[in-house]
Amino acid sequence: MGGGTSSYREIEETDCILLWGSNARETHPIFFHHLLKGVKRGARLFTIDPRRTSSAQWADVWAGLDVGTDIALAHSMAREIIVSGLAHREFIAHATTDFDDYQASVLPWTLERGEIATGVPAGVIREMAHAFATAPRAMICWTLGITEHHNAVDNVLALINLALLTGHVGRWGSGINPLRGQNNVQGGGDMGALPDRLPGFQHVENDEVRATFDRVWGVRVPPQKGLHLTGMFDAMEHGTLKALYVIGENPAQSEADQQRSVALLRSLDVLVVQDVMHTATVDLADVALPAAAGAFESDGTFTSSERRVQRVRRAKAPPGECRDDLAIIFDMARHMGVEWGAPDAERVWNELRAVSPVHAGMSYARLAAEGGLQWPCYDESHPGEAFLHGRLWERPVGGPRAPFSVVAHELPVEALDDEYPLRLTTGRRLAEYNTGVQTAGYASPVRRGETIDVSPEDAARLGLHEGQAVRVRSRRGAVVAPVHIDHALRPGLAFMTLHFPDEVATNHLTIDASDPKSGTAEFKAAAICLEAVEG
Amino acid sequence: MDIHVVGPEASAEERDAVDRLLGPPASGWDGGVRDSVRDGRASRGGRPAAAALRHLLLPAFHVVQDRVGWVSRGALNYICQRLVVPPAEAWGVLTFYHLFATEPRARTVAHVCDDIACRTQGGEALCRALEAAIGPPGELSALAGGAWQRSPCLGQCDRAPAVMVVAAGDPLVRTVVAPVSQAAEIVAAMAAPAARGVRESLAELRDGVPQAGQPGLKLLRRVGVVDPTSLDAYRASGGYQALGRAIEVGPAGIIAEVTTAALLGRGGAAFPTATKWAAVAAEPALPHYVVCNADESEPGTFKDRVLMTGDPFAIVEAMTICGIATGSERGFLYVRGEYPDAEQRVAQAVTQARAAGLLGANVAGSGHRFDLEVRRGAGAYICGEETALFNSLEGKRGEPRSKPPFPSHVGVFGQPTVVNNVETLANVLDILVEGGAAWARTGTATSTGTRLFCVSGQVTTPGLYELPFGCTLGELLTLAGGVAGARPLQAILLGGAAGMFVGPESLDLRLTFEDARAASLTLGSGVVMVFDDTADLPDVLGRIAAFFEEESCGQCVPCRVGTVRQRELLDQVRAAGGTMTPERLHLLSELGQAMRDASICGLGQTASSAIESAVQRLHVFRTEARS
Repeated sequence: MGGGTSSYREIEETDCILLWGSNARETHPIFFHHLLKGVKRGARLFTIDPRRTSSAQWADVWAGLDVGTDIALAHSMAREIIVSGLAHREFIAHATTDFDDYQASVLPWTLERGEIATGVPAGVIREMAHAFATAPRAMICWTLGITEHHNAVDNVLALINLALLTGHVGRWGSGINPLRGQNNVQGGGDMGALPDRLPGFQHVENDEVRATFDRVWGVRVPPQKGLHLTGMFDAMEHGTLKALYVIGENPAQSEADQQRSVALLRSLDVLVVQDVMHTATVDLADVALPAAAGAFESDGTFTSSERRVQRVRRAKAPPGECRDDLAIIFDMARHMGVEWGAPDAERVWNELRAVSPVHAGMSYARLAAEGGLQWPCYDESHPGEAFLHGRLWERPVGGPRAPFSVVAHELPVEALDDEYPLRLTTGRRLAEYNTGVQTAGYASPVRRGETIDVSPEDAARLGLHEGQAVRVRSRRGAVVAPVHIDHALRPGLAFMTLHFPDEVATNHLTIDASDPKSGTAEFKAAAICLEAVEG
Repeated sequence: MDIHVVGPEASAEERDAVDRLLGPPASGWDGGVRDSVRDGRASRGGRPAAAALRHLLLPAFHVVQDRVGWVSRGALNYICQRLVVPPAEAWGVLTFYHLFATEPRARTVAHVCDDIACRTQGGEALCRALEAAIGPPGELSALAGGAWQRSPCLGQCDRAPAVMVVAAGDPLVRTVVAPVSQAAEIVAAMAAPAARGVRESLAELRDGVPQAGQPGLKLLRRVGVVDPTSLDAYRASGGYQALGRAIEVGPAGIIAEVTTAALLGRGGAAFPTATKWAAVAAEPALPHYVVCNADESEPGTFKDRVLMTGDPFAIVEAMTICGIATGSERGFLYVRGEYPDAEQRVAQAVTQARAAGLLGANVAGSGHRFDLEVRRGAGAYICGEETALFNSLEGKRGEPRSKPPFPSHVGVFGQPTVVNNVETLANVLDILVEGGAAWARTGTATSTGTRLFCVSGQVTTPGLYELPFGCTLGELLTLAGGVAGARPLQAILLGGAAGMFVGPESLDLRLTFEDARAASLTLGSGVVMVFDDTADLPDVLGRIAAFFEEESCGQCVPCRVGTVRQRELLDQVRAAGGTMTPERLHLLSELGQAMRDASICGLGQTASSAIESAVQRLHVFRTEARS
């Protein structure tokens, strides 16, 4: 199942939080309020991030690791936990598999080796390991600092290993939680907007699962998994993907190595874009379909990071020719020769309940009456579940045991060298959202536009001053941006956002090396150099 | 948190002042020199650090202002980095307190009292003379080497008119000049503040306590007689007997004696002391705290100043006993910023007591742990309100909290806290030595013991008097030699600016809690300020109204707006030649009623009482019939 294991309430009542590769203070401000309640109650907060972010200001300890060394850090913590006798031996024996292999893989990771690999002082690694392992309840929360890497899935597995090692999963206040970037990212995945899953996270290559869908839908579901986003661009490059239907995405600006992505989008036979806003991708489209805004111009549901499905209701009619996504898709079906009848959100939802067991108990009436429900919710009498994987503590274990995964530390694809000596990492700021499609139209008192953020030491070494325009060059391209000197950065580390693609196309710099398992590109690690701009 | 430090940086001098208080910074993240290797890899702090440091905000402002005379934006930034406080929030605290300057000003500043007691002794004339000599307030005078400004009551009413000279530097020099007869004395004190030498000698103390040395005194027994700087002298005169007795009888025994004594609080509210102590002692939440409220700011009040300067060990001993009784291991004595001598005396007493093992991990070998810290206020009348005082101790704006919860349940730092006035605590010593029952034989059945009265104004012998409860106002006035120059008595202000005026017809009033209550009066903090027939009472009322307007913390609307409207109304009446129309009279009483009914704390609830009493009882203004 792809979802955070815990409820927001639990982070308010946990004892120890590892906020790993996440600047939730700025990127998940609402979630961060829940987290701060926990901190105020006395939870210890550790932030693990190359930058000392505004989230780190609230932390007991900030650990400033090198970009892309998360696995080394996790392994080093794991070894410390094992050799200090702090591993949850009982849980490991009861509910997990493959511990011996895992233990063998992390035992070489002494604190000293961890320090050399990550840059984090051994004492800090030790302190985090002990605090996490000895806390009665503890959580790991992460965001794109973990997943925007070429080995994203391995990074996640390394964190899951830590939770299994200490028994910090499947209990109130203990869990592992990816923080979702949008109000409904979770819902998109739940509905099967993933290349290998049908709604309810059911695997498309499972014949039994497909049989259910075939029966309910009255068509034969293709038995192979599809392409993830990075795979799609590769397929465009190979000429095997010729038509693309984009709904609510701006890949012309949001993908790594932007010049390449735009060229590939242009090369398509047909590009259909359905969006609320006139994005840069709309400019490339053969057909643009103006859509109603999901938040208030259409009926349906949202699903939050805590797996809570909530009703959303149409509050006003969409402007002009904009139409509800559902109506557009129903029309699309009609043109393809299938008549689905009148588009009705509740009818679609009830169909989902028929095919997705985890949603089966969630009627619209219950969602309204109970203020949303957390999946899994198997039938109308099921209250939903605050946290996942409680089964691991049942005796005997309910279902399969949880496997440890052996993963190896790998540095980012693009190494630094004399020509490109600075590590560029990317991220987000409080006032902005991704490529700015949904935020740039609103004024913000804290907006300061795109900058290339550098450490005071690098600025001094290169003779740069605040606001000075410099050319930022990577192996893929170059952009010009003003310098911002940021004490949160150490020498050798630089930072940009991708919020202002029209002014500074940061993704001209980023590398499209991606994780074969998840398809996520390594936005977090590029090699750059800075050059003076004439005049 | 979310610290965005922008702009100016602290000077080396400002940094040094802060570092002497807090120690050197541990890293670049808390204001030290950035070490890109160390600071680029880890930082520590966050909310736990912020929560642990916040209470040092006022002390940090003090050390900077003590050194350079004001708190610059750069110093503020540095303090915020050190203490993990957002600058915007720290600014809110800094600007709350009158004594902190946020714009550059002279290092030496003379605070000239123009409040009601000093007014009766030529305070206004002194201000005019000073202006003629060295220029308007706030302006640097080359002649004096500093600037002067007006101040609310400095608590030196027995020596009015009074001036406090503060010369920032290393070391800081703060000195009180009182009484002052001419502007030249102030100018001389500003030019050479350190030259004034030791203040509050035994002789000076005796001047303020006309009964000094007389038999029968309890609270004032040692003042002006026993060297207040010597622990040995204190012990030789019976000091620390009470602590010995307290250790013998234990916490329950102490509370039993105080209960038997029926001691009522002397700060103004007359709450049973033993009730507070028992409530805190019974609270399961730990730690417990003892707070001594020495923020004596009620205009006309100076009793706690005299006790602290004249018998400081008594306060330390009494707080220690309170700590043992209530299971508290830590105490705070919060003394107003206008009391340099009292602060210094008590701090000295604490140091000596600690060195002698009478404070610390094992108080007098008893196994009890108790220590206390002296904290300085920064010019805020409202901080005499106990919950505002807690906020101030915690490094916040001194705004009162809503009650309940009461301090005995949720006090300073959110913990069970016993908070007592200085005079209240001082009584505990004799209660333990004599026994509660014997002690309670002094006074009346419901007002036990003795009471300190701060007699000032147009009286022959102003000063601090101690009398058993039950004597009359007239007897007290007689003891103080009657109205100065034997002039006719016009009015007496009882209880300070938050108290009430009475006329000569009230001289038979027995000075007890119950008699005052029966007459709809209050003894308050023991202020007895005398006005003869020449006193300009409308002017006094105007000053009182201005005082409350200035001191309202602004948190709740009835007080914030009401105190302004009240002052405006008095201005109008005075501008109209002292004629009170029925409409204005009605408005004045409505304002008073709104503030009494709806203010959060005692400031707003009593802001109209003196003014209304003068209007209603003394008919200070001519009333005009409704036309």
